[in-house]
Amino acid sequence: MPTKNEKDALSGVYTTGHEWDGISELNNPLPRWWLYVFYACIAWAVVYLVLYPGVPLGKTYWHGLLGWSMRAESARDLEAASQQQAGLRTQLVAASYDQIKASPDLLNFALAGGKIAFAQNCAACHGAGGQGARGFPNLTDDKWIFGGKYEDILNTVTHGAHNSDPDGHSLFMPAWIEDSAPTKLTMAQVGDVAEYVLSINKRSTDAAAATRGQQIFADNCVACHGSNAEGNQDMGAPALNDNNWLYGGDKATLVTTISRGRGGVMPNWGARLDAATIKSVALYVHELGGGK
Amino acid sequence: MSTVSVAVSKEKPPLYADHKKVYPRQVRGVFRRLKWIVLTVLLAIYYSLPWIRWDRGLDAPAQAVLLDVSGRRLYFFWIEIWPQEIYYLTGVLILAAVGLFLVTAVAGRLWCGYACPQTVWTDLFMLVERWVEGDRPARMQLDRTGFSLEKLKKKVLKHAIWLAISVITGGAWILYFVDAPTFMGQLWHASVSGPVLFFIGLFTTTTYLLAGYSREQVCTYMCPWPRFQSAMLDEDSLTVTYRDWRGEGRRPLRKSESWDERVATGGGDCIDCHQCVQVCPTGIDIRNGPQMECIGCGLCIDACNDMMSKIDRPGNLIAFDTERNHQARPLGLAPRYRAVRPRTLIYSLILIVIGAVMVTTLVFRPRLDISVLRDRAPLFVSLSGGEIRNGFTVKISNMTRQDRNFILTLPDLPQGEITVVGPDETPAKAVPLAARRDSVNTYRVYVRANISVLHGASTPLDFVLTEASGGETAHRDTVFLGPEH
Repeated sequence: MPTKNEKDALSGVYTTGHEWDGISELNNPLPRWWLYVFYACIAWAVVYLVLYPGVPLGKTYWHGLLGWSMRAESARDLEAASQQQAGLRTQLVAASYDQIKASPDLLNFALAGGKIAFAQNCAACHGAGGQGARGFPNLTDDKWIFGGKYEDILNTVTHGAHNSDPDGHSLFMPAWIEDSAPTKLTMAQVGDVAEYVLSINKRSTDAAAATRGQQIFADNCVACHGSNAEGNQDMGAPALNDNNWLYGGDKATLVTTISRGRGGVMPNWGARLDAATIKSVALYVHELGGGK
Repeated sequence: MSTVSVAVSKEKPPLYADHKKVYPRQVRGVFRRLKWIVLTVLLAIYYSLPWIRWDRGLDAPAQAVLLDVSGRRLYFFWIEIWPQEIYYLTGVLILAAVGLFLVTAVAGRLWCGYACPQTVWTDLFMLVERWVEGDRPARMQLDRTGFSLEKLKKKVLKHAIWLAISVITGGAWILYFVDAPTFMGQLWHASVSGPVLFFIGLFTTTTYLLAGYSREQVCTYMCPWPRFQSAMLDEDSLTVTYRDWRGEGRRPLRKSESWDERVATGGGDCIDCHQCVQVCPTGIDIRNGPQMECIGCGLCIDACNDMMSKIDRPGNLIAFDTERNHQARPLGLAPRYRAVRPRTLIYSLILIVIGAVMVTTLVFRPRLDISVLRDRAPLFVSLSGGEIRNGFTVKISNMTRQDRNFILTLPDLPQGEITVVGPDETPAKAVPLAARRDSVNTYRVYVRANISVLHGASTPLDFVLTEASGGETAHRDTVFLGPEH
């Protein structure tokens, strides 16, 4: 409780009446309109909390008389955006690759949409920039397992690989060493083939083994990988005569690849995304720098 | 337990102060005339500036002063500011602040008393008020009387004119952000957009409230500037000063008493006529000495000089004077004005340096800029043939009004081949890039080089842009990344 309201001699201003160890505070009153502005703010807050959600009620909350929610607002925005995009999406589905490339509006729309769709669906395996990772192909370089033309990419995105889609890429690298005898190749033969593959890239250290491996390669591998190890995109067999390796190009990894086989799974996005989005993604991947 | 003497006074001080309405009396004199002149000039500039046209050629706004928000340009006569050059605005604000400090150090609160929008519009509103309701006594009388038709008529007329001025003020503000004639056309056809209406409404409301009602309350309670005035002023700054050594012994003039008798009985020059108090727009008594509420307009000087000449006494009982001279004069010492002193010299020096830097950079600023953004995912791509590829986003800002054509070369990496994503994707050592006028042109650029010509993991790379017709060049340093080797 205030004890005494004294007038300060120096300033002519009353004190608040509170005193702490001989120190008292001057009471310079606020203008009254300021007080009213404060009351107006309180009234505003009350009205706001009645109209809008903001009061927690145990496990639920007061929804407000207006029934406004941020989630509904966001849904409305999304709806409005897709309404706006509807025309461009229809055009995109109908247009050929050349038509898209010739129309800057359509191209920008597809690339921007493709970038978002790629980040949401593809980046987890292929990397944020499409740079890939061990076992997940790099989409920015010029090496393609199933083909780097726009139509090839579109097909791969739609149907995927090594999944249940009947139109997907289904051929895979078999395991040449099997769990039970008889196996297709012996461990020694696998080593020789690996040495031969190294020799294609001039990295072999054992010429005799490479020579032995060449024959085994000719007997077993050329059907898919080609007689010069140049690969075959129709079969999904990568070229073995360059510097780019999906799983690794050192001898130990080659031995593992040959003996255990490979068959990386890519989902069939045609079952999950709409046609316009798939086209956007395919176009985006094609324009990452490696498209043929 | 100690005993405490309790003395609660009967007179309870208020926690909140009621607003005491100020009724400034009309005044004539040098400072009042000066204030009218400044007001006229400033209002004329404010209302007419958006109407000045300035031809910038095709598809550029032809308004001399325009902050084009959607086009992201600031136009000021021949100067065009792009968003990345907004530091010029910062520079202007710094100049304005230091300029304010300088003026304050020399001549006190000239800004507050004469040039501040709050003062200018309050003056304008008071002019209307006086024209409709009469001078101070008539206004006070009007407010005291109860309701009458005459009162209603006057009040309605006053507020109508105030609102009209407010709407014009709010409307003129918008003209700094949109093309003025176009806006008037939209106004005529009632097709003004919602946001524009909102801002007109906002500035109409603030003008009406601040100039009509808040007035001196803005200066006393809302504005931070008066609060650190004491740090800006020193004993050589001009402030409105009541010469108490001359005036004190204040008392009303008595007809029965000659001036000599008055002086002999301790009477001063101040005849306590309260003219200085009545004309004050903030309602203070300058005879109480320098106060935070004083905006330094000098109207009390006019009022007092008028009165002094009527009673045949020398003027300037209240005057713009420095604290130093105020101390010196009663001692019979000659007044000394020191406009040039360390404080003002330092302010001037800062003004000159910042001004010179700004003008120099403005004159020599390039109208062409290239920026290069390296791809970060992936940092580089190893191609099957043993080549390394880096991706870049190149942005060419062509800040001129002509379409221009440039050649992009990489002198640091002569073996590098450039591919630009677009209709022609043939790799080349030098590629043409077009830059449309008054825009930022973005290109996706891939550079390929054999690993054998790279210096380790990071090779310096310089993007050089040369105008095809052999004119201006611009360049940007970056690096070409590759694997360790």
